[in-house]
Amino acid sequence: MSKFFFYCTLVLYGGATLAYLIYLLRTTPLLATWAHRLISAGFIAHLLSTIHRAVLTGQLPLTSMHESLSFFSLAIVGAFIFFERSYRVAILGSFVTPLALLAIIASSALPDEIRHISPILRSNWFWGHALMAFISYAAFTITFATSAMYLLQEHFLKRKRFGALFRKLPSLEIMDDISYRCLTIGFPLLTLAIISGAIWSVQAGGNYWNWADRKQVWSMITWFIYAALLHGRLTTGWRGRRAALLSILGFIVLLITFFGMRHSVTW
Amino acid sequence: MNIIVVGLSHKTAPVEVRERVAFSPNLIERPLRELVSLDDISEGVIVSTCNRVEIYATTHDIAGGTARIKRFLADHHRIPLESLEQYLYSYHSEAAIRHVFRVASSLDSMVVGEPQILGQIKTAYGYAAEYRTSGTILNRFLHKAFSVAKRVRTETRIASSAVSVAFAAVELARKILGDLSGKTVMLIGAGEMCELAAKHFLTSGARGLLVANRTFAKGERLAAEFGGEAIPFEELFQELHRADIVLSSTGAPHTIIAPRDVEAVVKRRKFKPMFFIDIAVPRDIDPRVNDLESAYLFTVDDLQEIVEANMAQRNQEASKGEEIVEQEIGQFHCWLSSLESTPTIVALRARFEEIRRAELEKTLCGWKDLSPEAEKRLEIMTLSIMNKLLHTPTAVLKRAGQGGRTDLYTDALRQLFDLQTSRQDDDELELELEEE
Repeated sequence: MSKFFFYCTLVLYGGATLAYLIYLLRTTPLLATWAHRLISAGFIAHLLSTIHRAVLTGQLPLTSMHESLSFFSLAIVGAFIFFERSYRVAILGSFVTPLALLAIIASSALPDEIRHISPILRSNWFWGHALMAFISYAAFTITFATSAMYLLQEHFLKRKRFGALFRKLPSLEIMDDISYRCLTIGFPLLTLAIISGAIWSVQAGGNYWNWADRKQVWSMITWFIYAALLHGRLTTGWRGRRAALLSILGFIVLLITFFGMRHSVTW
Repeated sequence: MNIIVVGLSHKTAPVEVRERVAFSPNLIERPLRELVSLDDISEGVIVSTCNRVEIYATTHDIAGGTARIKRFLADHHRIPLESLEQYLYSYHSEAAIRHVFRVASSLDSMVVGEPQILGQIKTAYGYAAEYRTSGTILNRFLHKAFSVAKRVRTETRIASSAVSVAFAAVELARKILGDLSGKTVMLIGAGEMCELAAKHFLTSGARGLLVANRTFAKGERLAAEFGGEAIPFEELFQELHRADIVLSSTGAPHTIIAPRDVEAVVKRRKFKPMFFIDIAVPRDIDPRVNDLESAYLFTVDDLQEIVEANMAQRNQEASKGEEIVEQEIGQFHCWLSSLESTPTIVALRARFEEIRRAELEKTLCGWKDLSPEAEKRLEIMTLSIMNKLLHTPTAVLKRAGQGGRTDLYTDALRQLFDLQTSRQDDDELELELEEE
């Protein structure tokens, strides 16, 4: 059952991504409408698949790379639908849905057997840690996309290229605003995720902090970059181009943390 | 009945000809009345704008009607028909419907998608309705044209982008600053172009206006006009940080705003973006300002480029508009053809009724001891015989009208029953349509 919904999701996300990518090149309002319908349908299928798996295993589906990537993708699409609704920026889909699709394709390529983590590691701190981490990742993914769009639009404005894409991209202010809102959602969640992770690590019989755990170290680097960005925005008024570049750097480090570094405890 | 169009536009006639043929709106009553008093012209509307003069009319005789309207145009403006004719175009039936739908939808305009033409046709129709020179057909026709124009406007993006430099500036500012409400505009110098752009910004939601002019009094006058604030030219850089949008057009022989001035201002504004438009020649603002963070500088040439790109986009959208027009022509044409059959139906019914009445009276006259009850029954019986007999032909004619094959049937019926459709029938028809 969850598998059926999972494959539905894969197909629907694929269709939506295709539609959004064509929308980059062709200006048809109908295309954006259908892309939005597809991604919404995909989100519902994805949600059902995730809930079903959670009920089946009796735990949050965040225990393996397959599950984590799928959840990451779900969170990205959820965040996208939220921001698309509140800002009415269809073109955002052209930048975000490919990322969600990549995540779910990667997830589908990994073994999907149900793993039961050892009872010592089962703790509300762990679930809270994983959940908050992925929601913050999704928020940062949106920041990444709007930052890329910002840089592109700024390039068009500075170089006076007034093509079809320039027309479709929203104003610099809107993209900066979305970036900032995602940062204010993502950063506190990332902070809480790191704290709850540390507490959980103690519960599991380790230390609060383990410098030998590269994932922990890289998480800290990610945290510092986003902290610097938030600080710069709040005090000296960093915005626009500067903020966009730092957001992109933060996202790259985040990806390294997520994919490149194995957790010393679970994986 | 046929719809015909005779006219000239920016596509066929130079401005010297157009202005000679134009009708003045406050003197439109006489030409309208003259138009419908022409032989076999039953309804007429005159549209006259600076880009086109067109006459819409209905007639039974296409060739004759068209020739009479051409003659009318020439005579009215005292131009020899031989010299006017080369500029005139004429359409009838389906082509006429297409033409008017396209004109109303602004697909035939000089600037495709410009919104004025629809209002101008509405005004022209308003005069015709006021002086009762438009009737059933043109009323319906023009209302249809208005609804087609509305469809084109809402279903395509034909009018979604700016095609004037001042509007392009507003559009561009929105791409940088987002919502313009609460934004402040600063005018440096008081050129006409700047003034126009400022007006557009203020109607688009910008809140404050600052005017820095070398002659303070002139700046004050302009500021007062828009409810803004004049600032002494020497204090320009102290006040520049308040402006989100800067429009510059001084007659200065060298640049007056240097990159380092803007750099300081941008820092003071905590990198809130600033939008500069330099309209002056030679330039007022150093082009290197554009390379600074959060500063975006545009010249008139840049704006002109946007206007051209938007025009190209409009022309692309126009093809979608043409498709909508084609769909609507078919529908209207059907209605027009079904109209053909209606006067025949009315006349046929009148003929039958006339016979029934005459025969009934003849019968009742020689029948003395008839009870009122029986008289009533006879009346009902004859009426229902007549209705039953007429039912099928009426239905067939109406169907034929929708398929556009009315002539065959109406001609046959007119001959067989010796019918004459008159002006009175048209009036009845009009009542019938109004009831609809």
